[in-house]
Amino acid sequence: MRAATLHIAGRATGRVVAHVVIYAAALLTIAPFVWMVLTSFKDIGEIYSYPPTWWPEEFTLDNYVATFQAAPFGRFYLNSLFVATTVTLGQLVTCSMAAYAFARMEFWGRDALFYLFLATMMVPFHVTMIPSFMILHWLGLIDTYGALIIPGLASAFGTFLLRQFFLSIPKELEEAAFLDGCGRFRVLWQIIVPLARPALATLAIFTFMGVFNDFIWALVVINSEDLYTVQLGLAIFRDRYSTEWGSLMAGSVVATLPILIVFFLAQKHFIQGIALSGLKD
Amino acid sequence: MPEVLTQQEVRPAAHIVRGEAAEEPPRPKRRPRLLRGQGPLALLFLSPTLVIVSVFILFPILFSFYLSFTQWNLFGGEPAFVGLDNYARMVDDAEFWQVFAHTGIYTAGTVPLNMALALAAAFFLNTKVIGKRFLRAAFFTPVVISAVAAAVVWRWVFDPNLGLANYALETLGLSAVNWSNSPTAAMVALIIVGVWKSFGVNMILFAAGLAGIPKHYYEAAEIDGANGWQRFWHITVPLLSPTTLFVLVLSIIGSFQVFDIVFVLTSGGPLGATKVLVFYLYEHAFKFFNMGYASAVAYVLFAVLLVLTLVQIRAFRDRGFKSAA
Repeated sequence: MRAATLHIAGRATGRVVAHVVIYAAALLTIAPFVWMVLTSFKDIGEIYSYPPTWWPEEFTLDNYVATFQAAPFGRFYLNSLFVATTVTLGQLVTCSMAAYAFARMEFWGRDALFYLFLATMMVPFHVTMIPSFMILHWLGLIDTYGALIIPGLASAFGTFLLRQFFLSIPKELEEAAFLDGCGRFRVLWQIIVPLARPALATLAIFTFMGVFNDFIWALVVINSEDLYTVQLGLAIFRDRYSTEWGSLMAGSVVATLPILIVFFLAQKHFIQGIALSGLKD
Repeated sequence: MPEVLTQQEVRPAAHIVRGEAAEEPPRPKRRPRLLRGQGPLALLFLSPTLVIVSVFILFPILFSFYLSFTQWNLFGGEPAFVGLDNYARMVDDAEFWQVFAHTGIYTAGTVPLNMALALAAAFFLNTKVIGKRFLRAAFFTPVVISAVAAAVVWRWVFDPNLGLANYALETLGLSAVNWSNSPTAAMVALIIVGVWKSFGVNMILFAAGLAGIPKHYYEAAEIDGANGWQRFWHITVPLLSPTTLFVLVLSIIGSFQVFDIVFVLTSGGPLGATKVLVFYLYEHAFKFFNMGYASAVAYVLFAVLLVLTLVQIRAFRDRGFKSAA
């Protein structure tokens, strides 16, 4: 009896310790965010006081006002949203079409082409970066929205992700539609796309996040301040105002907010995307 | 019951339909192979993706290989063929080896720490923990936010005078560290941020691997009297090893390509102590416009990562493991 009670008590203690450890780790992980958000609402005097304080003594929006006055963050924001939305919509259309061809149509060289697509996913972006820059340079598209948008309008990853999902949809559903005289485009649009919503959502979220958070490509192809994305704007701003922590924190909050909102609304899709692809960054 | 009967009645009809639909009318033999059968329509469906992937991926892969044997500054004239000069120059460049070493140190620092934290988090999340959704979201948040914003925040955390890192060290009775002037400290800071930014990815992959281990193995072992450590060592470790290998290779590949956080956190400094391979590539391509040399660096990076990927694919095949990717 006593041994059993001790065992149970030991387990209970173990569970409590485990909870304390994992919650401490979780709080430590999100501490930089909390710090970022809270700092962005502090006044200058408090920001530069030492030892640092957590909770703002007085909430102020001064840092946000200063940030938006020092640099056109509103404009950067619209640029980022425009580019990320256009690329995401483009990929949903192009990758759906390509994935449907790979999943459902018979044509010469299909499997070889598909494996070629798969193989390109192993090539690091930095290998294709320089020639892609040159091609855009030859096309006269450097320092335009086109440079940010066009290379992202289709992707091997998106095609692969959607193809795998399309293959899991029973063919019978389409065959009935073919009997009714539907063409391939209508079948794709009216039968496959509605059924593939979870996969399309995962692709959309992944693409949007990737483009919105992209830094190196915008750094390489954009020069004019008018075309800066939020990330590029924040990095340049960081160079120029390297110790104005209040403004920098406000800028960082602005640069992370949309993705954080999408993440909390659609956590499942982020995690599915990761589990599916093992994709980094 | 009646529903089941109707289904059975419908089925043969569906089979016949499928048979008919699969049969294509015979085509004249002279047409190119690609244009036979559903070829033209498939080509139409594929064309937008084919154009983009060809122009911005397939052609660049080949073209940068060619460029790596040339000298070219992009703006003046044609690329001049120089054979293996770029590669020879790389071997002779002390900075290249330093940069390679920094990348190696960063990788050696981040990968084990990243995997240990990811496995621990995944292990906890696989038990009956209260508030699983919150915990998973907390560990995963650093993955989804932009590297630039994250690095800006961490720059402040590591500010030598006002930052949280030194405040924490002093509170613990340790001495403050000059994060921005000491090469070692800057690399340590970079590794901490690198681990923090990406262990959530590996946590998800480990959690998927752990969820795939049948529960009754553990139950059987418990009945046989195995303790927690024995169960972990004899069941979890061997059954998780394909996932572990997958995570290991992916983490190394990711670490070798680090750029954004370096650019914003340390700008490669102090004294070039955190200058990594992609940073070096970026400088040569877009600061000095040595397109040929930068392409050669890119191909060296590609070669290293390709070897790792092939090792990974091979290991999977040997184990008969089919990954999701």
